[in-house]
Formats: sequence, structure tokens, C-alpha cells
Amino acid sequence: MKDSPQIGYSKKVMDHFMNPRNVGVIEDADGIGTVGNPVCGDQMEVSIKVEGDRIVDIRFRTFGCGSAIATASMVTELAKGLTIEEALRITRDDVATELEGLPPRKMHCSNLAADALHRAIEDYRAKQAGGSRGAPD
Amino acid sequence: MVYLDHASAMPVDPRVLAYLRDHGDALCGNPSSLHSVGLAARRELEAARGRVAALINAPVSSSIVFTAGATEANNLAIRGTAERNQKHGKTIAVSAIEHISIINPAKYLVKQGFELATVPVDADGLVSPDVLAGLMTPDTTVVSINYANDEIGTIEPVRELARLVHEEEHRYLHVNATAAGGRIPIDVQSDEIDLLTLSSSDLGGPRGAGALYVAPGVRLQTVMPGGGQERGLRSGTENLPAIAGMGEAARIAGGEMEQESRRQQKIRDALIAGIGGIGETYLTGHPRLRLPNHASFRFGRIEGESILLNMDTLFGIQVATGSACTSQTLEPSHVLLAIGLTHEEAHGSMIMTTGRDTAEEAAPGVIDAVRQTVERLRALSPL
Ligand code: FES
Repeated sequence: MKDSPQIGYSKKVMDHFMNPRNVGVIEDADGIGTVGNPVCGDQMEVSIKVEGDRIVDIRFRTFGCGSAIATASMVTELAKGLTIEEALRITRDDVATELEGLPPRKMHCSNLAADALHRAIEDYRAKQAGGSRGAPD
Repeated sequence: MVYLDHASAMPVDPRVLAYLRDHGDALCGNPSSLHSVGLAARRELEAARGRVAALINAPVSSSIVFTAGATEANNLAIRGTAERNQKHGKTIAVSAIEHISIINPAKYLVKQGFELATVPVDADGLVSPDVLAGLMTPDTTVVSINYANDEIGTIEPVRELARLVHEEEHRYLHVNATAAGGRIPIDVQSDEIDLLTLSSSDLGGPRGAGALYVAPGVRLQTVMPGGGQERGLRSGTENLPAIAGMGEAARIAGGEMEQESRRQQKIRDALIAGIGGIGETYLTGHPRLRLPNHASFRFGRIEGESILLNMDTLFGIQVATGSACTSQTLEPSHVLLAIGLTHEEAHGSMIMTTGRDTAEEAAPGVIDAVRQTVERLRALSPL
């Protein structure tokens, strides 16, 4: 039923909303990414701990709707254990697909989650490069 | 399950359903037919008209025009009156917290060359008589102010506003009483209301019927030309089962209003006191001048859709929200913006509306569920 729009949230979205994985903030994070949603004003924060180019720990916090919380939870699950290079290849679509789809109106929330992850990695790289730049925003 | 979203949809009162069952035979004819089956239908139609008229103390029952719902009644009121009276002026004034079925017809009129003046409200959602007086000009012919607002519960000083509107001869006050009807006493004569919208569903009747009260002497034109039913103001064969249900719902609501409002107000006050005690929680709408069944809040640092989902999934409690994340446009509710909230503040909105089926004993459990919901979501929030 490709042409009928998804109504409501998939079981997987509800599972991640009700039991979000990797909630919180890493105190001595190697990278932190914070993004605001220009569409509806939500905020997402992802912090990562990197050891030898691999994301060994990742946490998120979200001020947003059910799908924003679920997509953030999913992105942390997808990225955990990946190398930086691999994690950078996680796209917005991957997050939505892993969640068994999102209602069309909610697709932008998955952008937020992927963007926050990418920002966190950028932040990590900037710190690695020896820049004094802290977390964006 | 505790259903606290009566502003979105009310369950049909079982007594209304019983009425429709008992009068089924009389409801199948066409009120325009002259034979006995048509006459029986006509009698039902006129009985319903009388019952709706009585609820708002309309001077004559013929001042009630049945429509297919509040949206249609609002369209008829705004467009029908503005267009009919355009030789007297081409400006309409609409409060900033009106329902979309008033704002959009007003915008339609702007495309037809009318001027639209938006009447601001204060932080509690009240229209100030002084502000309205300063906004109206001799060119203003229609003013639309809701009796009470369905998102923040605030009740407007309609009587005072009506007096100001009528300082000009060809100027009419339309009042959307969808949220207020059957919940607080409305007297269109002493309030000097020219046009008033009611919805069947909000009275506990079936969907598919609404009514526009048109005060004697107010001139308007139809927005639905056709066979000339409803004094030519709303053509189309009447949706008699829905209309008869609306009439019975109006009768029941009128009879029980005092007692039922007092009962629901107790629940409302318990919710406001209990939920208001949670940190960073603020009431939206007026603290005293508010509907007896309406408790609305905003919570700092969390978002309304996730509140709604959490309350529903974890506790079986249904609430509403004005958060941007739930709207089609991804804009926060215009009502919350109009009372001065920022986008971020509007995000944390939660609206609870009780009904006849809401038990007084439910309040403590609801308060506890809200507290747990807020705590859980705040633990997830970066703010
Ligand atoms: S974050 Fe606002 S719609 Fe998802």
C-alpha cells in the first residue's frame, strides 16, 4: 500500500518513543551536536564518545514531538559502535526506514536526528584538529 | 480510559440516541413534502428549532437557521452578512483567537476586496472593549468574537462588546458559541447578539448539524443557493436526524446546565490546582472567566505532541495540544501566539476538556498521570 499515507506512528516509532535508548548527555563528550528545527522550533542534542575513530558511546536529548524523540533514539542506536566515517553515512532516510516509516508530515524530524549526529561528529573533528571551537550553538 | 478532549469531539448523549430511535418514523420524510409523512418530518424540524431557540433565549424560533455544522454557520454569518451589507461598508473585524472557520471566510472576503481588521486579545485571551472601540470605523459592518474560546477556555465580555458594535446602525456582532453553547447561560436578547453559531456535536448531539441564530431585522444573504430551504438562507434538504438530535441535545443541555456545569467546574478546578502545582506549569487562558469544562496549560521545556502520546499510551487519557508539531502547517496554534506566547512556549501546550461522561473521581489519577508524563519528558529534554 505504497500510495496510502501512513496514519499515525509505526510500532517501532512508538517503541522508541516509549523506551528511548541512550538518553542523556555524556559528561566528558568528545563531540556535541545541537540543532534546532527551523520548521517547528524543536531542539535536539547528541553527544558522542570516540575511541580510536569509533563511536563507543552516544547519548541524546530532545525537546520535540514523539517522532523527534523516536528518531533521535534510533540514530543513537544506528551510530553506536560505528566508525566516524560509517556514522557520517547515516542519512535522514536511513533513520526513517529503520523506524518502519514516518507520517509524511513528520519526515523533517528525522532530518533533525541525523543532522545532530553529523554536527556532533563535526564538533569532534574540529576538536581533533586542535581548534578551540566548542559545541556549535 | 479518561477522555478529556470534548472540545474536539463529544460523545453523542445516549438520551439523544434514544430520542432518535423513538422518533425514527417521523425523521424519514422530507419536511418540504405536503403529505402526512412530510408533515411529520416538518413537525420534528420545527420542534428542534424551538428547542435550540430556547437554549439561547431567541425571541422567535424562526430566527434559528439550521446548517450542516458550525463551519457552515460561520461561513454564512461572515460572508453572508458582509456581502449583503457592503453598501454600508466593506470592513470586517475578527478577533485574533477566532476559529479557522471564521478566519478563512474573512480571508476569502479580503480577496473579494474587503478589509480585515484583526482584534488583538490580552494575555488571558480577553478582547478589551477599548481596543475594539478603537479598531472599528464607520466602514465596519461585521464584528466576530467568540463567546468562549475552545483552546484556552476564556469567556469574552460579549454584552459589553455588543453595545459598542451597535453604536453604528449597520454593524452586526457575530458570536461563535460553539464552545460555550450548553455550558454557560447564553441569552441572545439581553446580550444583544445579532448572529450566533452553535454546533450539534458540542451539545452532545450527532455531527452533521449546526445552527446560526439570526436576530430579527439582521439582513444577510445565502452562501448556498438552491431550493430555498431555511428561509432561503441554507438550501438543501434538511439533515433531519442530525437536526432532531441537535434539538434534543439542546433541550437536555439547557435543563442540566446549572447542575452539570457546577459538577464539571469542580473537576476543572481540581485539575487546575493539581496540575498547576507541577513546576514550570502555567495556566493558559483566564483564571476565572473560563468555561466550566476547560483546563489548559503550558509546560516549560517539553512539547505537546509527546505529552499527548505519553498520556494516551501510558495512561489511557486523551488530551489535546496546540503545539506546532501536531498542526498541518507546523505552526503553533494562532490562539497561543495571540495571547503572546513564543513558539517555544506554545510548544508545551496541553488542553483538557471534560464532559458529562467525566467522573469527578478521575481528577487525582489524571493529575498524577500528568505529573509523571512531565517528569519523563523533562528527563529527555536538553533545555
Ligand atoms: S519535532 Fe516538531 S514535528 Fe517533530
